[in-house]
Amino acid sequence: MTSIEKANNLLVDLHVKYIQSLDTKKDDLEYWFTEHLRLSGVYWGLTALDLLKNVNMLNREDVVKYVVSCGFGGHIGHDPHLTHTLYAVQILVIEDALDSVNTEKIIEYVKSRQDPQTGAFTGDEWEEIDTRFSYCAISCLSLLKRLDAIDVKKAIEFIMLCKNFDGGFGNTPGAESHAVFCCVGALAIVNSLHLVDADLLGWWLCERQLKNGGLNGRPEKLEDDPESGGIADRPGDMVDVFHTLFGIAGLSLLGYPDLKSVDPVYCLPKYVVQRIGLAERYHV
Amino acid sequence: MASYYLEANWDDLVPIPQDDGPEPLTPISYDKECYSEAMSYFRAVALKDERSERALSLTEKIIKHNPAHYTIWHYRQQILFSLEKDLYNELDFITDQWIIKTYNLWDKELAFIDKLLDDDVRNNSAWNQRYFVIFFNPNEPTEELLAQEVQYGINKILLAPNNISPWNYVKGIIAKSKEQDISVLEGLCKELEKQNIISYHALGCLVDIYESRAKRGSIEDKNLGIKTCELLAEKRDNIRQKYWEYRKQVLT
Repeated sequence: MTSIEKANNLLVDLHVKYIQSLDTKKDDLEYWFTEHLRLSGVYWGLTALDLLKNVNMLNREDVVKYVVSCGFGGHIGHDPHLTHTLYAVQILVIEDALDSVNTEKIIEYVKSRQDPQTGAFTGDEWEEIDTRFSYCAISCLSLLKRLDAIDVKKAIEFIMLCKNFDGGFGNTPGAESHAVFCCVGALAIVNSLHLVDADLLGWWLCERQLKNGGLNGRPEKLEDDPESGGIADRPGDMVDVFHTLFGIAGLSLLGYPDLKSVDPVYCLPKYVVQRIGLAERYHV
Repeated sequence: MASYYLEANWDDLVPIPQDDGPEPLTPISYDKECYSEAMSYFRAVALKDERSERALSLTEKIIKHNPAHYTIWHYRQQILFSLEKDLYNELDFITDQWIIKTYNLWDKELAFIDKLLDDDVRNNSAWNQRYFVIFFNPNEPTEELLAQEVQYGINKILLAPNNISPWNYVKGIIAKSKEQDISVLEGLCKELEKQNIISYHALGCLVDIYESRAKRGSIEDKNLGIKTCELLAEKRDNIRQKYWEYRKQVLT
């Protein structure tokens, strides 16, 4: 295979092996330094494997057992957080194992994170506010089909306060556009995309693409793969499972052959979203 | 005995050094002279829950070394409350959007952003913060201030015409002004063209200007807009060909 052929071919076997290897590195210091990312890593790895048509390469029983043992935290014994609550629900939806947890408790927790005055969501008991947590709450409750548990109207109002002059969305009102996926995704789930200034945001988004084809996350920054097609953040850098998922999800959205379709609103395989009966809210 | 660095008299306390266990995996090489010593006294102070002037000055020393130390901030707050300190003095310590809003520091902030943008005109966060200062200010900005801000943005564009941040900024300001007239940027775009500077932002801005006039019925501007979209799609900004084709389609 020439180097150009290599560059144009997704080496599925190698990606699968890489993801499988992640949990076997318990002798590495790095493994323990990244403990807080363990549950997140399972979501990124499992979703990537599923899109690569290799979901069975992680043992389902082990995965479900681990997720249940994390409670609402990022790893066993960690404090609960809204972000990890979403990751746990996403993993369980992929594994079709929601019945292994008490979903009422999850719904109660997510509900408790909403500020009744502003509609904003706090990540955990330390009460940091961020629209990314709004997405976590809305996506999570939507997957559990219990959006009725929160004040959706207020949640939308808060997200709209974070809309900026460049058409993007920030983490809090007045903050730089850096939470576009989460705000637009949340609005999509609650059928409120009409509130987005599509032409202005469309320009902001396509302006993220650089001459080398890569996309950056904010104006005047370097390209990074969460938005484009590598498997590290950029050519020559170390690979990681986070960028592997978003690289593969990006390729899936672009219609790359031999990948399952990804749902861009939930960042889950499309068949999973269809299986639980959630309507498709976009057209590629 | 505490070193001169800690100033206050600490003779009555026995410092408690950090306990990393017998063979720490990755011991952090703290600055022995200052930070470690201050932290050792802090542990002793915290154990007694001492809320005193010397404890307050100790937190200041530690925060200057390590502003991310949550525990110290929390302890400092408890001391300030216990000693019934004037909390306005505490503001010198901190700066962020909440502080600006709560304590009305808008003028100072704008001068600070001027400096940030003089240092790095591509600092997108600073451009965003500038917008925040202008519009989240309790005093509604005057038309005069908005015109000044447009001029400020134009001057910065002339320094680096391919820097998207001030382009977004001036368009954002114009959208908030009474006239909402994007044509005020036409002189800038023509000037860049005259200087043979190739900037897809300038050409894109011309598309906005032509489109705004075409909407009011100008056939000439409609045709100019279409031509400019074609130039962008085919040559000047080929990577966004589809976007410019879309803009052309809207014009047609």
